[in-house]
Amino acid sequence: MKAKRLVFIGVGGQGNLLASRLLGEAALSGGIPTVVSEIHGMAQRGGIVESAVLMGDVTSPIVSNGEADVFIGFEPLETLRGLTKCNAHTTVITNTHPLPPFTVAIGQGAYPKVEESLGLIRRKVDRMIALDGNQIAEAVGNPLALNMVMLGALIGSDTIPIQAEDMKAVISTSTKKAFLESNLEAFDKGMQSV
Amino acid sequence: MHKLLTDTPGERMLLLGNEAIARGALEAGLAFATCYPGTPSSEIPEQFFRISQETDLYFEYSTNEKVAMEVAAGAAVSGLRVMVTLKHVGLNVAADPLMTLAYVGIKGGMVIINADDPSLFSSQNEQDNRYYARLSSLPMLEPTNTQEMKDMTAQAFDLSEELGLPVILRTTTRLAHVRGPVHLGELTPIRKTAHFDKDPFHFVAVPAVARNLHKVLVEKYDRAKAISDKDACNEIIGNGKWGIVANGVAFDYVQDAVADLGLQDQVSILKLGISYPMPEQMCIRFLQDKEKVLVVEELEPINENELKAIAQENGIAVPIHGKGTGGFSRLYEYDPGMVRKAVAQYFGMDYTPPEAVDTSDSPQLPGRPPNLCAGCPHRATYYAVKQVYGADAIYPTDIGCYTLGLLPPISMADFVICMGSSVSSGCGFSKATDQKVVSFIGDSTFFHSGITGLVNAVHNNHKFTLVILDNGTTAMTGHQIHPGVDTTPMGVDRTRISIEKLVRGLGVQDVHMVKPFKLKKTVEAVKAARDFDGVSVIISEEMCPLFAKATGQFKKSKPFYVNHKKCKNHRDCINQLACPAMYLDGDQVEIDKNLCIGCSVCAQVCPENAIVPVKE
Repeated sequence: MKAKRLVFIGVGGQGNLLASRLLGEAALSGGIPTVVSEIHGMAQRGGIVESAVLMGDVTSPIVSNGEADVFIGFEPLETLRGLTKCNAHTTVITNTHPLPPFTVAIGQGAYPKVEESLGLIRRKVDRMIALDGNQIAEAVGNPLALNMVMLGALIGSDTIPIQAEDMKAVISTSTKKAFLESNLEAFDKGMQSV
Repeated sequence: MHKLLTDTPGERMLLLGNEAIARGALEAGLAFATCYPGTPSSEIPEQFFRISQETDLYFEYSTNEKVAMEVAAGAAVSGLRVMVTLKHVGLNVAADPLMTLAYVGIKGGMVIINADDPSLFSSQNEQDNRYYARLSSLPMLEPTNTQEMKDMTAQAFDLSEELGLPVILRTTTRLAHVRGPVHLGELTPIRKTAHFDKDPFHFVAVPAVARNLHKVLVEKYDRAKAISDKDACNEIIGNGKWGIVANGVAFDYVQDAVADLGLQDQVSILKLGISYPMPEQMCIRFLQDKEKVLVVEELEPINENELKAIAQENGIAVPIHGKGTGGFSRLYEYDPGMVRKAVAQYFGMDYTPPEAVDTSDSPQLPGRPPNLCAGCPHRATYYAVKQVYGADAIYPTDIGCYTLGLLPPISMADFVICMGSSVSSGCGFSKATDQKVVSFIGDSTFFHSGITGLVNAVHNNHKFTLVILDNGTTAMTGHQIHPGVDTTPMGVDRTRISIEKLVRGLGVQDVHMVKPFKLKKTVEAVKAARDFDGVSVIISEEMCPLFAKATGQFKKSKPFYVNHKKCKNHRDCINQLACPAMYLDGDQVEIDKNLCIGCSVCAQVCPENAIVPVKE
């Protein structure tokens, strides 16, 4: 299978590391060669958290600038900041719910208007899928399920050869019972929003 | 049961590189493991900590890396299979025992896992620890993926016993923190006990003994070199006339680059799995029939220089290039695109890299640096100290979450070079200058290497204040235990050492215990410490809220909110504390009640008493 390079960007606490790990599990169970890379440590104290999933004929665990096939942004400012990972053929899937960094609160810079950011992104890449993932997660009664919404949107985008059933099977074995139903619902709603 | 104890050989699991290393050790019958935690190696001992509670594996978080190495050495010369895990700068701390342990050798297999950090994701430098293999004459293995991380770890134990030497397995951040498929092998039962056979003229490194031991080490090195030449970890892939030499994660980049550029027939790759000693005969064979050779290695030009030396000694005139080609420098990690471009350029291929989108028309984006958590007690301590010492005092700091005090608005980190340096450099600053000095060190770091500095300060009559930020855990690396921690909530029984008694026992005359969320009392203690003529110590004690939550010790308090009837928008709260629970809604400061843990520090800072607990 031709290499597929996916980049996940989020803010500490949004759960993008779990999302990329579950995607890796789903790919592996579907027989697709996969590597997932993560950055731990200092970056997790409220900073930017990046992970990558590479599938198919590729052994390198990271994605260079301009080489993402799919870019999944959990926060609109970070989607815009991370856009250098993309090229004109990239599919961008972004959450539209802003999470302003504290630097904005103390007057070091202004948070860019979400609509303008989305406009910029849309013009530069092949396809942009924008959704308010937080709202969807809230609606299913599980505000922490943003990562499930984003995984749903990713599968719904039909950019990678992973079936919804396989992804849901992995989610089912990897989440606590109390959250299972809302996680799966968040995933479905994410998929439907594409 | 811990997932790494799954006894189904042949099963394929998606494992983190560090988990694969732990699994490899278990498959080799690891009996004894030590470490001081350090990112990017910390997930290895995390597995051992839990596994040791289920099996006969002995594991300890040692006080520092030197101690960890020496504890492990005692077990290894007694015949157990042992592992020490550390990050690259941790090996600096353990370098003293390492160098002479190489002379003395070991009986049970001893594997040292060394995690380098190119690009400094979570470190103070990006030193290349392949030099330690050369400095100590110890063999070094370098896996390139998760499967090899498991397999080569197991192999390293056999190699160690075959040579009677510790073996270093080197990873980098990109290998340690990659998840990939791993085929499990068989678990080996743990041999619990050992017996030390006395042999002082072998194990006691006095000059007369060590002179002979050095000779023994050189002989072992020669044997290791012969093994390196035959071992399957070192491999020539392909028959092309163009050569590429690679190690570690750079090998993955090279492999992909050759495939992407369709150069399989033109290129052959020398993969260095045992990167030290270099497989000299294999290198000669590789170099002899090449038209040109590119060396792809992150950080220092070590393989490049050794290959050039081998070529020179053997009269091979092939051009060998590495650093300075394409974007290859001694700085930072490589990436697949960079390597692909360099390979194409070096071998004269036409190649247009994918063009990253142009972001020059993006607006100026606000930064998102990491920050102390909402309700972090360090923030309160910093605030109190600043009230007394202002911005002019010198603030040597140390290594931990509290290093984030570097960033505005706290801005209270003036000097850090390594673990423990806050205390000892504080001695130097206070003697050399007329400036006031307040050093900050965490509890775990204090045990690691702050104690000797404090002894020095007392003995040499220095005058400065040391603040020990005691949050009851090793927070930054993932909440490991240390000698000052009550370990019962973690399910283990270890003796707790009181920092206060220790500090008093070292002869410090002026010691203050404070609770940082009580700002007024903390400020009073800082003033008293400032006025003391000598070394004063403030122990600021408050548990890390993340750790408290994770271990069921968190005492829930009501969150706070801003009463806008009282608030006059001074913004002392947000501007001086920058707690991530605070945000601006239009012109008004608000507090996110889901993030606020009710520490009340902002309420004490507010001049209008406008920040109050949420009513039921």
